[in-house]
Amino acid sequence: MKKVLEVRNLSKIHGRGCAHCLDSTGPDMDSNICRHCGSVVAAHGVSFDLHAGEILGIIGESGSGKSTTVRTLFFDETPSAGEAIFFDGQRQWDLFALNAAEQRWLRNRRFGMVYQNAHLGLNFKVSAGGNIAERLLMSDFSHYGEIRRRARQLLARTEVLAERMDESPKQFSGGMQQRVQIAKALATQPPLLFLDEVTTGLDLSVQARILDLILEIQQELGTAMIVVTHDLGVIRLLAGRSIVMKYGRIIESGLTDQILEDPQHAYTQRLVASSL
Amino acid sequence: MQAVLKIEALSKHFQLHEQGKLIPSCANVDLEVYPGELTALIGPTGAGKSSVLKCVYRTYIPSSGRILYRDGDGRLSDLAQASEYRMLELRQDDIGFVTQFLHCLPRKAALDVVAEPLLARGESLEAARRMAAELLAWLNVPERLWGVPPATFSGGEKQRINLARGLIARPRLLLLDEPTASLDPATTDRVVELIGRIKGEGIAMLAIFHHPELVHRLADRVVELTPPLVAAELLEICAS
Repeated sequence: MKKVLEVRNLSKIHGRGCAHCLDSTGPDMDSNICRHCGSVVAAHGVSFDLHAGEILGIIGESGSGKSTTVRTLFFDETPSAGEAIFFDGQRQWDLFALNAAEQRWLRNRRFGMVYQNAHLGLNFKVSAGGNIAERLLMSDFSHYGEIRRRARQLLARTEVLAERMDESPKQFSGGMQQRVQIAKALATQPPLLFLDEVTTGLDLSVQARILDLILEIQQELGTAMIVVTHDLGVIRLLAGRSIVMKYGRIIESGLTDQILEDPQHAYTQRLVASSL
Repeated sequence: MQAVLKIEALSKHFQLHEQGKLIPSCANVDLEVYPGELTALIGPTGAGKSSVLKCVYRTYIPSSGRILYRDGDGRLSDLAQASEYRMLELRQDDIGFVTQFLHCLPRKAALDVVAEPLLARGESLEAARRMAAELLAWLNVPERLWGVPPATFSGGEKQRINLARGLIARPRLLLLDEPTASLDPATTDRVVELIGRIKGEGIAMLAIFHHPELVHRLADRVVELTPPLVAAELLEICAS
């Protein structure tokens, strides 16, 4: 299997930081706030690989650093330290060494992101179709008819009614907004997709259909995905391998069924026990 | 003939941090599984029979011992040490696992649940569904159920879906955990016949059966597990 992404020692500290930040935070210290300088160690020493067509789960509670991890990879946040290499065909991109234009180019064409909060992923001032058109315009599409055809096709694939294509997604239900976000993310057929708590807060039946859609897309397009969630059911369904994070650190990683049936770390054992 | 699987001194215990307990499961297991043969694990409840299968499949992390697997190219690897990616590769291409319970997508039709392992290997949807249909027909699963998700099926029906899913990809090594526990005698006979047939194809099997009679009918080798020492010692103390 081909490697798509290699992340090594990713670190993100909010605040000025001090010499004691790392020693005074983490799962053992039961905090991600440095008691000496008040800085927040959102993520530290995060390393993992992602292969083509693979779905990797990142699980943890709020404040565990799981969202920070994907947001730095998608350039929403700037890491404090670490390295991430994106392997795209013959090219290798050293993500954190790129300039703003290169980062934008990757975001627009080679990466996709679906946020928990549709506000972050969609522009509510334009229609659902317009949101997809925006992304297509930023890549190589320029012909109006072609863009509209492709937008309709993508929305049909994610089961958004064609009649509603010209409405603002502001008026859509939460599940529908996620579908528009997914369609938008997929518009350029990116080899790498980030999903940050995409089903959190949705009705169970809506959740189920979004998860089905994600699996279908993975099977059809072979898109590599990182799925961030606090829901063990979501990783059980989607992810082959998973990472467990707490207070900014990875405390355990393994095959998802192993993490769920034979968790090694005390925290993971508690997490699994409380979900059943 | 060389063994497909050779387990040496395998032990598994669970360390429960919260409760501060060490729960022993299987201990010091040695066994071999050969192509076209079935090795049966027997022993009382709590002897760790299922744990052995789960350690081979890496659903459990072995505590000690070696699990030597010989792949189609004759390469030996220790599954107790193999990387996660290697295990995923082996699960897709080499090692199948039929558990007591069916774990599948709740909204997927039975036919597609069975066909799925073939799709993962790159078979076309049409061919995979055709083979799934053949297998389901052979296992006496009524055709009216094929398009329905197995969630509402009876225990015996679910078990046959599970078996079909495990068998369809013709793995080199098949792990079976009580595959006939809730089947009627006629269907059990079908399963026995099917297992006989796949033995003929050279598939190696490591299995746990509910009934001693099935062990008698199907096993080429029998390995008896004893409950872990700690439990045995405790029983002795209680008895005296």
